[in-house]
Amino acid sequence: MTTEPAALASEPETATAPVADTTDSTVTLQVWRGDPDGGAFAEYSLPANEGEVVLDVVHRLQAGPAPDLACRWNCKAGKCGSCSAEINGRPRLMCMTRVDELPPGPITVAPMRTFPIIRDLVTDVSFNFAMAKLVPAFSPPPPPAEGYRMQQIDVERGQEFRKCIECFMCQDVCHVIRDHEENKPAYAGPRFFIRIAELEMHPLDTNDRRDLVRQQMGLGMCNITKCCTEVCPEHIKITDNAIIPMKERVVDADFDPVGWLGRKILRRSKTSPTETAAISAYPGPSPSAPAG
Amino acid sequence: MPEYETHRYDVIVIGAGGAGLRAAIEARARGLRTALVCKSLLGKAHTVMAEGGVAAAMGNVYSEDNWQVHFRDTMRGGKYLNNWRMAQLHAQEAPDRVYELESWGALFDRTKDGRILQRDFGGHRYARLAHVGDRTGLELIRTLQQRAVHMDIDVFMECKVLRLLTDGDGAVSGAIGYWRPTGDMVVFESKATVLATGSIGRSYTYTSNSWESTGDGHAMAMWAGADVIEMECVQFHPTGMVWPLSVRGLLVTEGVRGDGGALKNSEDRRFMFDYIPEMFRAETADTEEEADAWYEDHINYRRTPDLLPRDEVARAINSEVKAGRGSPHGGVYLDIASRRSPEYIRRRLPSMYHQFMELAGVDITSEPMEVGPTCHYMMGGVRVDADTEASTVPGLFAAGEVAGGMHGANRLGGNSLSDLLVFGRRAGIGASDYAEGRSGEPSVSPAEIEEVVADALSPFGRDGGENPYDIHQDLQSCMQALVGIIRTGSELEQALEKLEELKERTGKVSVSGGRAYNPGWNLATDLPSMLTVSTAIAQGALHRKESRGGHTRDDYPGPDPELGKVNFVQRQNAQRGYAAPVQITPEPLPQMPAELQALLEEGH
Repeated sequence: MTTEPAALASEPETATAPVADTTDSTVTLQVWRGDPDGGAFAEYSLPANEGEVVLDVVHRLQAGPAPDLACRWNCKAGKCGSCSAEINGRPRLMCMTRVDELPPGPITVAPMRTFPIIRDLVTDVSFNFAMAKLVPAFSPPPPPAEGYRMQQIDVERGQEFRKCIECFMCQDVCHVIRDHEENKPAYAGPRFFIRIAELEMHPLDTNDRRDLVRQQMGLGMCNITKCCTEVCPEHIKITDNAIIPMKERVVDADFDPVGWLGRKILRRSKTSPTETAAISAYPGPSPSAPAG
Repeated sequence: MPEYETHRYDVIVIGAGGAGLRAAIEARARGLRTALVCKSLLGKAHTVMAEGGVAAAMGNVYSEDNWQVHFRDTMRGGKYLNNWRMAQLHAQEAPDRVYELESWGALFDRTKDGRILQRDFGGHRYARLAHVGDRTGLELIRTLQQRAVHMDIDVFMECKVLRLLTDGDGAVSGAIGYWRPTGDMVVFESKATVLATGSIGRSYTYTSNSWESTGDGHAMAMWAGADVIEMECVQFHPTGMVWPLSVRGLLVTEGVRGDGGALKNSEDRRFMFDYIPEMFRAETADTEEEADAWYEDHINYRRTPDLLPRDEVARAINSEVKAGRGSPHGGVYLDIASRRSPEYIRRRLPSMYHQFMELAGVDITSEPMEVGPTCHYMMGGVRVDADTEASTVPGLFAAGEVAGGMHGANRLGGNSLSDLLVFGRRAGIGASDYAEGRSGEPSVSPAEIEEVVADALSPFGRDGGENPYDIHQDLQSCMQALVGIIRTGSELEQALEKLEELKERTGKVSVSGGRAYNPGWNLATDLPSMLTVSTAIAQGALHRKESRGGHTRDDYPGPDPELGKVNFVQRQNAQRGYAAPVQITPEPLPQMPAELQALLEEGH
């Protein structure tokens, strides 16, 4: 790992824009800059442009005073979930946060706290990709000759969760893992609770993931504070529509004697072969290694 | 000797959008050691931004639809410059690829009887686009991503590929790149390599494309000696956002018009009725009454001119703005507010609703949008064999936007997502067959690796050189102004001169900071691709002395029947790389069989 130059050490630096500020409107960003060894906020001021979002200002910093300022982004339209950051202390997409909607004064931009730092605003989110591998695949019955049929009202339940753009801000804000690295191996987080809920509610799916979500993914550790729902840029009702119904299903599976007898008599096992394989194969995430 | 890690695979796929994912899934399903290499995190590729849908003649809404009609629409939309065999395979196989996605977990919107719903789009005779609201690309990429994860495909995320590596006989045998998080170099040795790197839009100022669309695959193929075709055919999507300036170019889905939206000028006139070309006159409504009735009944009424192919609509908007009938910020109006209920708009177009509300402060359920053309899609690309996606260089395959031929001179909306699936799969099969048949392990040259590494790191060794951001901005201004939607010979010559200057400046780039996640350096390593691709676009545009599809020449305003029979093929011969010249020659299009030709000549 390359170490950063001394300019990025403890004291915030002030950089001025190359263009003189002829308007009375200025935008000031305090951006966290650093690497795994530490860092600090650096302050930059630029003339404000009409209608800009925070990501635009970051791009202007890169093209001007801070050419090596690291930040992830792709679509710049709120569709890919790459540019998540903590803006004025709140997880938001930089591309969908308009500067003129924030209160006057300096804007702080910091990386997501729940994930290890790579550099500046970029964090190592490989925890999420390790968790994704744990979820047993969608498993439909073979299609009938005329193709699958599903009603719109039935697919809409899953469609709500499939709006997820994997910005991982729900993971970032979830207090079970936000300041508790030790919980990560046994807690998948809201993003994967909605993924499981989506599969469980899929009209065609035949897998059963209830044991997995309870035993290996830590659903019980969520105490429904709804922080995830509040920060979701897609407005998915994570807690009400996914986590709470999942908690009810998991509990029902344990305390419903009729259901228990039914599962004993009928062929469908409570733990599918894929689920058993996934549970036994899980080595725990390795958040520091680059994926691959 | 430079330091680097080495990985050995049967098949590597560069690019993890729809085409790359689909190719990797196919190769892995064959049991081959498969790697997927991508510049961003998995699931963030540009496919995620596709909105309207995937075109497939499933006939769920109009049972009259079939592959022959889809083939005809595609060829007419492409102004007959398409590779007929690709257009045929695409139309025939797209429905199976959509049903396959459904069996992998995709949840498409449904018809009343529970089948996959299909929506109207420009240039398609029947409602043909399977979709999920206006976020179909997200559904497609997530479904493929989840499939790939369960197949244990090795994914190299945030890994930028710099160059393809060849063995002594010129066959592609791997690639070299670097990890963006660390800047460390990585070498892949592979029996077969699939390019699925997407588009070139970042060479233009106003584009719907993400930062990744720098034409790496187009350029790397040329540097490896492969042919590219139709590079002059760049699609400007008619409806991008125009205001605020910071989001100028951002896509507004054609689904707005498919679902009832109409284009209007500052005089509140539906101007598209004034721009119906001869080729589409017989099948296009000439009154507002007929156009509006068509939305409910495609059999007895003709389609609205708002849904003419994209090249026609983009040119019409350009003309209206030029004639002084534009909107305050230099676009035209797209009005769905006065034509559909707020509930309908929010249900059918949820992302558009949020995009305008949050970024422009415009409520599209009560006021019109302002829209204008934006650089959107590259029709041109690597010349491939239609059935296997093999390029003209052994060991190298290409699928999706980086491949050329499928869409001719203009792509129809919805035909891109289906292209990714159909040809991603075929490239996976083609590459697997090749890898299985290749004898011995592929060899790469340490000297070549050393040269690429030295080139890539050279900006760190210079002080006070050129700023990569400045060069990029100048490149974008040049392409936007001189090789944009309307072109002319003298401007194209000017652009080619300007590009030579930019190449010289690129040789003097310097960057500050370290190698770990350094966007200035990352941009410096993207510049060579953008310069090679831009040169090919400008050169192709200069040689195609006619107007056809996405390529419009002010000095040659009509189509030339003779030029309609040729591809402009570009390649690098002995000298390779961004500073080396690119040769261009016209070559005849593949000959279409008579029975397909007959399909094209059928009336409406």
